[in-house]
Amino acid sequence: MARKTTPARKSARKAKGAPAAFTRDEEFAALRTMLLVRRFEEKAGQLYGMGKVGGFCHLYIGQEAVVTGMFMARDPEDDVVTSYRCHGHTLVSGADPKAVMAELTGREAGVSYGKGGSMHMFNPSGHFWGGHGIVGAQVPIGTGLAFANRYRGNGKAALVFFGEGAANQGQVYESFNMAAIWKLPVVYIIENNRYAMGTAVTRSAARPEELFMRGAAFGIPGEQVDGMDVRAVKAAGERALAHVRAGKGPYVLEMQTYRYRGHSMSDPAKYRSREEVQKMRQEHDPIEQVKTRLLEAGQATPEELKAVDAEVRKVVSEAAEFATSTPEPPAEALWTDIYADENTARGEG
Amino acid sequence: MADTILMPALSPTMEHGKLAKWLVKEGDAVSPGDVIAEIETDKATMEVESDNGGVVVKLLAPEGAENVPVNAPIAIIAEEGEDVDADALARAAKPAEAPKPAEAAKTQAAPEHSMPEPASSAASADDAARPAASFVAAASSISAPASDGLADPALNLSITPPPETDPVLPPDVEYAGMTVREALRDAMAEEMRRDERVFLMGEEVAQYQGAYKVSQGLLEEFGETRVVDTPITEYGFTGLGVGAAFAGLRPIVEFMTFNFAMQAIDHIVNSAAKTLYMSGGEPNVPIVFRGANGAAARVAAQHSQDYSAWYAQVPGLKVIAPHSAADAKGLLKAAIRDPGPVVFLENELLYGHSFPVPKVENYVLPIGRARIVRAGDDVTIVSFSRGMEHALKGADLLAEEGVSAEVIDLRSLRPMDIPAIIESVKKTNRLVTVEEGWPVCSIGAEIARRVTQEAFDWLDAPVLTVTGRDVPMPYAANLEQLALPGPEDVAQAARRVLYRQGG
Ligand SMILES: Cc1ncc(C[n+]2csc(CCOP(=O)(O)OP(=O)(O)O)c2C)c(N)n1
Repeated sequence: MARKTTPARKSARKAKGAPAAFTRDEEFAALRTMLLVRRFEEKAGQLYGMGKVGGFCHLYIGQEAVVTGMFMARDPEDDVVTSYRCHGHTLVSGADPKAVMAELTGREAGVSYGKGGSMHMFNPSGHFWGGHGIVGAQVPIGTGLAFANRYRGNGKAALVFFGEGAANQGQVYESFNMAAIWKLPVVYIIENNRYAMGTAVTRSAARPEELFMRGAAFGIPGEQVDGMDVRAVKAAGERALAHVRAGKGPYVLEMQTYRYRGHSMSDPAKYRSREEVQKMRQEHDPIEQVKTRLLEAGQATPEELKAVDAEVRKVVSEAAEFATSTPEPPAEALWTDIYADENTARGEG
Repeated sequence: MADTILMPALSPTMEHGKLAKWLVKEGDAVSPGDVIAEIETDKATMEVESDNGGVVVKLLAPEGAENVPVNAPIAIIAEEGEDVDADALARAAKPAEAPKPAEAAKTQAAPEHSMPEPASSAASADDAARPAASFVAAASSISAPASDGLADPALNLSITPPPETDPVLPPDVEYAGMTVREALRDAMAEEMRRDERVFLMGEEVAQYQGAYKVSQGLLEEFGETRVVDTPITEYGFTGLGVGAAFAGLRPIVEFMTFNFAMQAIDHIVNSAAKTLYMSGGEPNVPIVFRGANGAAARVAAQHSQDYSAWYAQVPGLKVIAPHSAADAKGLLKAAIRDPGPVVFLENELLYGHSFPVPKVENYVLPIGRARIVRAGDDVTIVSFSRGMEHALKGADLLAEEGVSAEVIDLRSLRPMDIPAIIESVKKTNRLVTVEEGWPVCSIGAEIARRVTQEAFDWLDAPVLTVTGRDVPMPYAANLEQLALPGPEDVAQAARRVLYRQGG
């Protein structure tokens, strides 16, 4: 059998060459989504600075192309799970920006009723299953979502997002093994933003330059992807999803990306230079890439691009307005949602 | 030499078996490993092999024999050409009185066998015979507890408070204002200077200087070998720390917060706490597990748990949860010097608080002794870690009402200084406990159990436990505030045990 004799190393690859071009509509869709996440996160950071958001607040700025491209590739029914760095995933899964922002301010109208906050957002109707605070924990959970999909034979896949820091947790490899032996329809997306808090990937990972090989021992194919290029992300996502849906088992995508802000709002980020960050922003920004392509191809005027930005800013400032004026949960909410009740559980289905 | 084959025990519960089938007959030659019989147990049919081979001299149990007791001789196999008196052998091989499994289990579970040998077995036999009420007399003196800090089988405890008290400081001792964060850092630095085997590892402890800056400056002083940044692999690095401790190093394992130690609790409990016992005394596991425990601010359910009661339950661990900087320093130094595993629970919200710390060399405090932080007569309030803030502020509120509260800081949760609490209750006859953790099976519940069992007659009211609410920590600011206890809850509980108005 060919598969058996093909070493995983051969099926793993680093992406080369430019990915397939987007249509104008796709470029605009990607631009709108990435801008929504960017502006939303900027606003969240401002609200944090004003004391309207508490606790830990991990912004997704810089990584927008990963979630955007993967969601363009996914079927809307596919399940998604991620870490505490979850605002973008929640938004792109279709949650109302007002409800996402209201979660950040701890209000009753928040996606998690104000009880979860920045790190614990859920949107079950968008097949988004959280928002997990324990590094690596979402990996077996996402593998379980895939298990349920295979169990039901519904053709759906699961997308499991986690950081390169999380990629060192043991439960990741326990998951890889199970997913491989049971050929589960799961795509593991390593969001390699180069730093786990203050620890550079080169200090935390063996073979840091090839995290996409992390499934090799289990025969899981992997690809390294330019996670700053939304087209590359989407194309890789489509390949991975086709693979897992065909019953061939899991797939690893290493997204090479970058976070512009500190790990969380309270991180002074002294472990890297300003120049490094600036260079990334100037040369690889996922949003600027789309804008430049649209302009250079004559597919958009600067005015059209500004209009998209204005539209997104409006959505975001309305969300912030809402999130700071809508009420906190009632005191009784302290005691609800601890045990499930067929009649009262929210978010059924 | 002839071999007598005995009816084998084929499961831990097997007492009898059926000799289902002989696969050899007398006079047959067998080779080592040949199957000679099939035995049926209540669970399965098993094969019996000859270990050494030889000639089957005699089959002592007939095929089909039921209820052949374990250890009864069933066959005799001799070396080729050996002359044996099979009957004599069979007689000689009368089965030894095998203990019935049920009985054996009972013996093992009897308390006198499950406890470490007490220092004076005569005294402990006495203790065991004494009625529970006499524990009060035995265990109540704060200056000299009855026990020696070892097991007290009479109380069914493997560790009790040590006899040592806090060191007596010179009368002219100076104090330095110091944050809990600095005190912890100094304790580690001093111990690392003193003992080369001590090293620190954890996430962000080195280059980042600690996620909460507790290890500030240690990398610069001690270098990468002794201040080690780990990947985010709690289960792995905790187990690795235990292995290093087996090998005689003295690891300090920092958890960024104890919420993440839940990934590693298997090694803390199964590998660190139990090894000395299950190895019969070697290796010991000199390791400290430390980090922020309990609720910080607005970090929601997965980052806000108090694990005090979890660890305090485990025999083999010592557990410390200090409030002040001086206690943090003296007890962390003691933890690092301890020959066994110590769980050291810090609190993020206390790191920045300043307290006077005595400027003395070698400030080491005994693990397991409480401290009276504020003397009073009307009600005893016991707490630890951040709960002390609520306790002390609650005592202030009570003072305004003319109530004098005695506030005790437990400092250590295992061993727990129940004698100190009882001593105070003898004076106040009323007891309130305060903690931020959940109410069910809490530290307060344990104190209430001990005090009602050992000092019931001294109580004029039920022991009340002020705790966090029995819910995961909510994020919303208003709900979070409702979830945690505060000074007013403490004052209210005190009023209730005093049967005062508004209580
Ligand atoms: C089990 C566990 N250990 C430690 C932490 C604290 N912590 C939160 S995020 C983080 C870094 C994670 O980095 P990475 O997985 O690369 O994801 P990123 O934050 O870069 O998205 C750490 C150490 C945690 N939440 N859970």
